Amino acid sequence: MTETRVVTTQVADGQKPLKIRKRRKLTWKAKLQRYGMGSIAILASIIVFLLPFLFILFTAGKDRQEASLFAFTPPSQWMLWENFIAVLETRNYMVVTAFWNSIVLTVVAVSIMVILGSMVGYVLQRRKSRWNPLVMLFVLAGLIIPPAVVPTVWVMQSLELYGTLIGLILIEVTFGLAFTVLLIRAFVAAIPKELDEAAIIDGAGSMRLFFTVIFPLLRGVIVTVIVVQAVTVFNTFVNALYFLPGEPTVQLTLYNFLSQSGNQWNLLFMNILIITIPPLILYIFFNRQIVAGMTSGAVKG
Amino acid sequence: MQITRNRRTRAVAVAGAALLALPLAACSADGGDDSNGDEAIELSFLIDNGEQTVSMVEALTAAYTEANPNITFDIEQRPGGGEGDNIVKTRLATGEMNDLFLYNSGSLFQALGPDQTLTNLDDQPWVADLTDDFRTVVSTDNGVYGTPVGTSMAGAVLYNIPVYEDLGLEVPEDWDAFMENNEAIKAAGDVAPIAQTYGDTWTSQLFVLGDFGNVDTQDPDWAEEYTAGNAKYVDQPALQGFLNQQDAYEADIFNEDYASALYDDGVRMVATGEAAHYPMLSFAVGVLQNSYPDNLNDVGVFALPAQDAADTTLTMWQPAGIYVPNTTEGATLDAVKDFMAFTVTAEGCEIQVTAGGANGPFSMTNCTLPDDVPQLVKDMQPYFDEGRTAPALEFLSPIKGPALEQITVEVGSGIRSAEDGAALYDEDVEKQAAQLGLDW
Amino acid sequence: MTATATPPTAKSTTPPRPEGKQKRRPAKSPYPLWFYIPAGILFTVLFLVPTISSFYFSLTRWSIFDVEFIGFENYVQFFREPALVQGFINTFIFGFMTSGLKVILGLLLGVLLTSSVIGRGYLRSVVFFPVLVSVIGVGFTFRALMDPFDGAINTALGWFGIDGPGWLTDPAWALYSVALVDVWRGVGLATLIYIAGIVGIPQEYYEAARVDGASAWRSFWHITLPLSWPATSTVVLLSLIGGLRSFDLIWAMTRGGPGFTSDVIASVIYKQYQAGFYGLSTAGNVILFLVVTAIVVPLSMWLRKREVEQ
Repeated sequence: MTETRVVTTQVADGQKPLKIRKRRKLTWKAKLQRYGMGSIAILASIIVFLLPFLFILFTAGKDRQEASLFAFTPPSQWMLWENFIAVLETRNYMVVTAFWNSIVLTVVAVSIMVILGSMVGYVLQRRKSRWNPLVMLFVLAGLIIPPAVVPTVWVMQSLELYGTLIGLILIEVTFGLAFTVLLIRAFVAAIPKELDEAAIIDGAGSMRLFFTVIFPLLRGVIVTVIVVQAVTVFNTFVNALYFLPGEPTVQLTLYNFLSQSGNQWNLLFMNILIITIPPLILYIFFNRQIVAGMTSGAVKG
Repeated sequence: MQITRNRRTRAVAVAGAALLALPLAACSADGGDDSNGDEAIELSFLIDNGEQTVSMVEALTAAYTEANPNITFDIEQRPGGGEGDNIVKTRLATGEMNDLFLYNSGSLFQALGPDQTLTNLDDQPWVADLTDDFRTVVSTDNGVYGTPVGTSMAGAVLYNIPVYEDLGLEVPEDWDAFMENNEAIKAAGDVAPIAQTYGDTWTSQLFVLGDFGNVDTQDPDWAEEYTAGNAKYVDQPALQGFLNQQDAYEADIFNEDYASALYDDGVRMVATGEAAHYPMLSFAVGVLQNSYPDNLNDVGVFALPAQDAADTTLTMWQPAGIYVPNTTEGATLDAVKDFMAFTVTAEGCEIQVTAGGANGPFSMTNCTLPDDVPQLVKDMQPYFDEGRTAPALEFLSPIKGPALEQITVEVGSGIRSAEDGAALYDEDVEKQAAQLGLDW
Repeated sequence: MTATATPPTAKSTTPPRPEGKQKRRPAKSPYPLWFYIPAGILFTVLFLVPTISSFYFSLTRWSIFDVEFIGFENYVQFFREPALVQGFINTFIFGFMTSGLKVILGLLLGVLLTSSVIGRGYLRSVVFFPVLVSVIGVGFTFRALMDPFDGAINTALGWFGIDGPGWLTDPAWALYSVALVDVWRGVGLATLIYIAGIVGIPQEYYEAARVDGASAWRSFWHITLPLSWPATSTVVLLSLIGGLRSFDLIWAMTRGGPGFTSDVIASVIYKQYQAGFYGLSTAGNVILFLVVTAIVVPLSMWLRKREVEQ
């Protein structure tokens, strides 16, 4: 504890400690950590995280009878392509429509959510006002209370939002706000207030201060919020069913193969694969960005 | 208040949509009975996603559109079970229901508040052709609300005929004979006497629900007394269903993976002879036809045996119905009515059976089953000939507790005794009665 | 609250003041309160109004089609629910177990994945994969893997001569198995939040510590742990709230079973909702809200106090 405090005051006083930029040779201990821990972690990750995906892949490649046995074996005959086509063609290419709906929904809802949420999170952290406890209470309420479906439908009907994509977008924004605010608020704290003051002295108004100074610095956490919320919204199921009846979203397509009178497991798992792989690829693609975003935010902060 | 206002908004919207549709009206192509003119109408139809339902509805709507090209369908599927119930109720309550929809008959139908939400179809010509059993389960005191889709079905014991032949067993008429068969099968070795599939919890209820025919035979007033709050499951004869399930568990005659197996597994086991018996609804025909067509006629059916052979009665379920919400109006309503009438003609019945298979006899007196029905449907005929059938409880009483499937899983896994389970279920039922506003 | 220095002359009716300023009313705060408004409108219209009106329904017998006022009967009924006591115990076990494990594993993985370990990029991606799969997908996959007889987990244990339990079918195991899968699904998010927190710690601290000759353990304990506190507090809050009210995974995997043995309060409420007992289930929601608030609000205040102290 004491050590930390000393360091903290040092920085607060503006006396940067000596920077040692020399790259030190790895000691055997560091090597052990780098390679030993790394190997263990990689091995564990294969068992814990990759094998379940392999299972999904295997099951997606089986025929109906073999899939219903749930054995962790490669299919006796690979039917990936046939199953893929079967899922795609189900109910007049419903999966394709669903993908389009889900993508529009996700992109628009998450963008709005991030902007509105960071505005709230930022003021909530920076400004002590008597509204804060109330806002915090709402944030917690938003996280805790499950939405009341029927009254929400009534409200949406009276605003003529019911059954429209815009309506569902606003619903997703509303339900995701609490989480966004909570996450952003925690990370605004890491941005030194000195930066705000410098910008204000330079004559920045509150809008400019937020959108050109603070918002870029929040990149790290915003990327996190985007990833998490995009996944949540993309995977939304119940909300779509209640607030946008008749228009499929990707999760709804799973129900094509699930019913009380017999499940088509091979097609179900193929469908899971189809709707999981695009976000997966997107994530791998953005992974570098995510980490870069987090680091850059931190360096400037 | 609010609900009414919303309905009106909806009605206006529907009328608007109809107006918009006018300029698009398909010309000529006079499709047979022209009760609904030539304007193009798209009917939005909400159905559950059961495989049989989907294929039957698709066949019916396709045939109808062929005869009436100006009428097309937008079929929307919903999940089954509790989630599906919620969607149906939410849409009805908010006035956002599709033009027509498919839903269970019996107690679940009653819970929709038919008089407030649905269109009364008492004046329709087909009402006279409904069987009495079906008419009562889609009616209130004010009238009839639905047409059947599919056939009625039995809740009984599916059994593997080759296993019975190999061991020289006979179809049991009372519970003791049934258990003797089970012991014989167990002694013979590799076949599980009874398949249980608690991975899909709803499948665990058959011992209790399928025993109701026997209860009804012993005490014909039981259902009425039950609705009035006087008859309880903790007392005989109703307790017997729970006791039988406990008895079977204690005899150790279930498949070893009974706790995790799924409905599909159960059908597979009884079809291929991995298990000898599977207490189930006869709609298992659907899975049999699709996944095990070679074994279709290896599976027979008999009623869940009562303690006394004289009481053994086949418990029958009625099919789901098509209903029309009272938000459907004008030309759309006419089109819906015409379509419904079509589904219950002899031609409509034939289309249904061809597409989805038969689970039992029709609920229409003007329809007859083809000769090549699966073995287990043939097995039901003697019960009808001898008058030994009774409707399931959910068609005689509006009260069904929601927790029965969890309770029967517990009784069937030795977690809870039959008496405790029955008592717990009686409590559960009380909540349902309170919700319905019954004064117990 | 304590941080706001209240001038002795201030009246309680004055509009909100920025902290620490002695001036009665500053010209203009750089942090405008109207930033709350757009989000506030959405939240009020689409969440608060429906929620508050639904609380009224908790005092009614509500079948969607009719509403009858019955006072507190639903609350009485809810407390008579047979699975209730077990449900509360399960809720706490599930909530604390999942959030505890997510914090510990998330922190460890966060530290590991910000160090110079090999395969770091791969590990960062793979830990997050489960977050991308839908609950339904996760549920079915693990139901198959955890099958007591043909499931991959017990087959693998069998190679080592271990007779695995019925993960989801044995009443003693079901809840813990679901909790483990929930951790599997959620640890990627916790790790991501921790990575964001840890890379935010200026390198200078570590360099200074190294100059002082502090061991890796000491710098973890004295720098990483305290300075990633905002991350910890976020992970704790999110996963605890999530854990206490979560039922989606439980629903997808066991439906609260076998029997009622893995029921949590949220799944009891959901079952009542499905059964059409809307008033009763809304009453349950009010109770769950009070319980979660009673745990989370003090916790969040304590976490924030520690945050301020850092």
